[in-house]
Amino acid sequence: MPKLTVNGIQVEVPAGATVLQACEAAGFEIPRFCYHERLSIAGNCRMCLVEQEKAPKPIASCAMPAADNMVIRTDTPVVRKARKGVMEFLLINHPLDCPICDQGGECDLQDQAMAYGFDRSRYQENKRAVPDKELGPLVKTSMNRCIHCTRCVRFASEVAGVEELGAVFRGEHMEISTYVEKTLTSELSANIVDLCPVGALTSKPYAFVARPWELRKTESVDVLDAVGSNIRVDSRSGEVLRVLPRVNEFVNEEWISDKTRFAIDGLKRQRLDRPYLRGADGKLAPATWSDALAAVAAKLGSVPGSRIAAIAGDQADCEALTALKDLMTALGSPHLDCRQDGARLDPSAPVGWRFNSTIAGIDSCDALLLVGTNPRWEAPIINARIRKRWLSSRLPVGVIGPQHDLTYKSEYLGAGPQTLADLADGRHPFAETLRSAKAPMIIVGQGALARADGAQVLALARRAAEALGIVRDGWNGFNVLHVAAGRVGGLELGFAPAAGGRDVAGILAGCAAGEIDVVWLQGADEVDTSRLGKAFVIYQGHHGDRGAHRADVILPGAAYTEKNATYVNTEGRAQRGRIAIFPPGDAREDWKILRALSDRLGKRLPYDTLAQVRARMAEISPVFAQIDSVVPAPWAGFGAAGPVDTTPFRSPVSNFHMTCAISRASATMAECTAARQAALDARTGTHA
Amino acid sequence: MLQDKDRIFTNLYGLQGPDLRSAMARGDWDRTRDLIAKGRDWIVNQVKESGLRGRGGAGFPTGMKWSFMPKANPDGRPSYLVVNADESEPGTCKDREILRHDPHKLVEGCLLAGVGMGARAGYIYIRGEFYNEASAIQRAIDEAYEAGLVGNNACGSGYDFDLYLHRGAGAYICGEETALLESLEGRKGQPRLKPPFPAACGLYGCPTTINNVETISVVPTILRRGATWFAGFGRPKNAGTKLFCISGHVNRPCNVEESMSIPLKELIEKHAGGVRGGWDNLLGIIPGGSSVPVLPRSICDTVLMDFDALREVRSGLGTAAVIVMDKSTDIVKAIARLSKFYMHESCGQCTPCREGTGWMWRVMTRMVEGRAELDEIDTLEDVSKQIEGHTICALGDAAAWPIQGLIRHFRPELERRIGEYKQRAGRSALAAE
Repeated sequence: MPKLTVNGIQVEVPAGATVLQACEAAGFEIPRFCYHERLSIAGNCRMCLVEQEKAPKPIASCAMPAADNMVIRTDTPVVRKARKGVMEFLLINHPLDCPICDQGGECDLQDQAMAYGFDRSRYQENKRAVPDKELGPLVKTSMNRCIHCTRCVRFASEVAGVEELGAVFRGEHMEISTYVEKTLTSELSANIVDLCPVGALTSKPYAFVARPWELRKTESVDVLDAVGSNIRVDSRSGEVLRVLPRVNEFVNEEWISDKTRFAIDGLKRQRLDRPYLRGADGKLAPATWSDALAAVAAKLGSVPGSRIAAIAGDQADCEALTALKDLMTALGSPHLDCRQDGARLDPSAPVGWRFNSTIAGIDSCDALLLVGTNPRWEAPIINARIRKRWLSSRLPVGVIGPQHDLTYKSEYLGAGPQTLADLADGRHPFAETLRSAKAPMIIVGQGALARADGAQVLALARRAAEALGIVRDGWNGFNVLHVAAGRVGGLELGFAPAAGGRDVAGILAGCAAGEIDVVWLQGADEVDTSRLGKAFVIYQGHHGDRGAHRADVILPGAAYTEKNATYVNTEGRAQRGRIAIFPPGDAREDWKILRALSDRLGKRLPYDTLAQVRARMAEISPVFAQIDSVVPAPWAGFGAAGPVDTTPFRSPVSNFHMTCAISRASATMAECTAARQAALDARTGTHA
Repeated sequence: MLQDKDRIFTNLYGLQGPDLRSAMARGDWDRTRDLIAKGRDWIVNQVKESGLRGRGGAGFPTGMKWSFMPKANPDGRPSYLVVNADESEPGTCKDREILRHDPHKLVEGCLLAGVGMGARAGYIYIRGEFYNEASAIQRAIDEAYEAGLVGNNACGSGYDFDLYLHRGAGAYICGEETALLESLEGRKGQPRLKPPFPAACGLYGCPTTINNVETISVVPTILRRGATWFAGFGRPKNAGTKLFCISGHVNRPCNVEESMSIPLKELIEKHAGGVRGGWDNLLGIIPGGSSVPVLPRSICDTVLMDFDALREVRSGLGTAAVIVMDKSTDIVKAIARLSKFYMHESCGQCTPCREGTGWMWRVMTRMVEGRAELDEIDTLEDVSKQIEGHTICALGDAAAWPIQGLIRHFRPELERRIGEYKQRAGRSALAAE
């Protein structure tokens, strides 16, 4: 713990801290461009120079380790002169195009120029011109503005794990480039937009859309995967314009995936903005809320509860599921399920469906087994965390199931359940790696569970966890990785078949056999709607996707940016999304629709306000009483004994960019899909 | 004047063969095993007592540098010696001659230095353009291996020391020790941040010392003839003999080994046949390679050629590459050319050097014509000071110093050109009316 003096103030900082961090600890902000606490230290911008007593020249505080008895000054004429000099150098070749630059208003260079810039230029020569680079549909470049801080290069090679950006040429001809023009292949690529301290890398879909000071900023959470990334939704006049990450060390640090950031244009397309009723002609026709609710109430009132079923979709919020579950219970229906992909998760034991080690727990893991998952596509943020862990000391990673470029080295162990069984029985050499580790971890993906023998595979994974010491005193490394933001919340709320109830497969079979008359789809778009038979389908949701096409009644709900709602991420961490804009047209917040319907049915749900719904949720599960934190679940038996199939595991995500109704409606995501396909085609073409 | 018996580089001019037999005839590899047997501490102490300072330009005491190397390597990391043979400083051609004609001095020096710092292996990083030199040094290494002088049980001493040659690709910046390490590791040659210093974390993250070719090559002779012998040349703290490269407007440009602290004038008159057209025809001298400030004749008259004397006159010994310019020289153009060199060779990593070198060169090209304002001279000096001391490595300083020297000593010349240009421009403007 070195003790040093900064501007006369004594501070003590943790060992390994830099002088810059010590200065911040003492309360002095140090200007910087290249330094970023989550990237390696480059020390190239030279903006953070400070004076150290007895040093012959100013030191770069970002790179200098703090040591005992250092005497640092940050406010001397030498320091000011050095910073002003660096600022002048940065500006001589920087275009004066702030009025047309998207970074305007949130530009580090602009801000620092206020403090250290001159009001005129001494540079009389021509400014440098640099060709712009084409980095794909997400990142727009304006390379004249680049100040060569190399944050983007370091992010790509360190965090994202794709060695695609670099600096070519020397001296003042240095350029940030992909060398051969190509789309960035990282799922985290657009974080370089946030990292770029100037306007060299900006968001292509957001280009020339708005100025930061025009935006209303709402803190919320993301639902496009099950990570629950913390986001800030920026909106203006009823339109979501962009999504930015918020820092949460336990979840997404400060990164978000490209889908989280850019699928939002899908919120403006294919929206259900009024109720619809399927008329006698078999066509959906607009209706009023009153007519729609009357039609639903009439249908639900006319059939016994045992012939009604409800399926929750992947982005269903917990408030809506609570209301729907209570309504179904009131109607006497036991047929509820939130596992629309047929994943055989065991609804009886929370420990069997959660990412128990927590995401932050990855940092301490020292051996990892991936089963039936491609985390790079299913949860890029978690994958980046694994890579970070791997970078720090070559984490051994074993893979059972699909083989992908995970951005870190992994050992392929096998394709299917048989390998997992070998491991559980200690017949595989990797078993010893896990057993001898201090904090071993297994991540079971939906690809291993969403299959006929899923329950048996789950039991097998549990057996392996027990046999290999993955679960031990003070450490639970048994993790299930979800892809649906609504899944864990649904399971926590018990949105699963009650006694005698049917699961999704049972409901579909019931529809085909004529045993189920009414199916309620709560934003469920991933079920095979062709198997709903003659059932009367009520679809409540926000997009005109698969479910709505099959529906007899459509009740327009709100998307995640349009409601105050709770989501539980894959760890079992309940987090609150907040309303940024109002739902379009006649669409309403989902739990309110159900509450209104319950009134029509004469089975009024016992809550009138959001607070009352949330109180009800906390009654059902303690998870909802502790927002933003994870309540550890006790180890328990789960899964089902029985033989397993030899079919290889496959990842549930085949196209990272399109996994839900919102991303399927997004033009940007469509462009990304096309760009990735084009890159694959080009690769094939070269060798054809 | 240094006597022939005190010369270390007895085959500097290639009058004899560079091969092992000839080298041994000159006294190389003589009782090397005994020197090794005297141990690591003895070697370092001898070098310390000899007062040898690094011959690559910065003049850091060599013995002290070696003593920074860890005594034991508890974490299993080996130590390395790296020899900087990336001689690219304009005006400098001393290492070239050693590599060509006396390579065994270097090879033996590597072994002894390796023992002194506890290095397991040595890497000689040689400038890419030095093809013939690389061949020569490789031949010497091969001969030494064949004779059992290096490699396992080098010279029968029981010490294992391997020596490798690596050819660079011709970037000046790779002569900066940490950029050299980057390049040696296969990456883009860009200097590293210090700390950590190479002695703690250098090549492949292992303790490393980087020395110039000449520094290493004089070590065997120092150990044989004794530290006091070497320390007997030159002034205190500037001990030893030194290779000087005299180029430019002299009658006989040459490389010569001389005692340190020899007066500059004597050096030129005795060894290079004097300035072309006589001493009175002298305009200025760059005493230590392109990166040090130029000296006007008034200083050249009396200055001594050593680290401290040249520092006192705000220049530097650098690589001891003496560039002589007579009165026919366009001094502004000469310095502008150096500015272009530094702009071209800037690695681009850190801001002041990347942006500043180009700026200075552009102003300098206008200054050559006089197409500038008088206050731009001050701006130019200010810009050079904004670079100096603010960069990761010393290339920024090296780019700034020649210009500072020019402004310090030749400001009237700059002002004259600006005035004349204005007059010409004024006349042509009048003519156009």
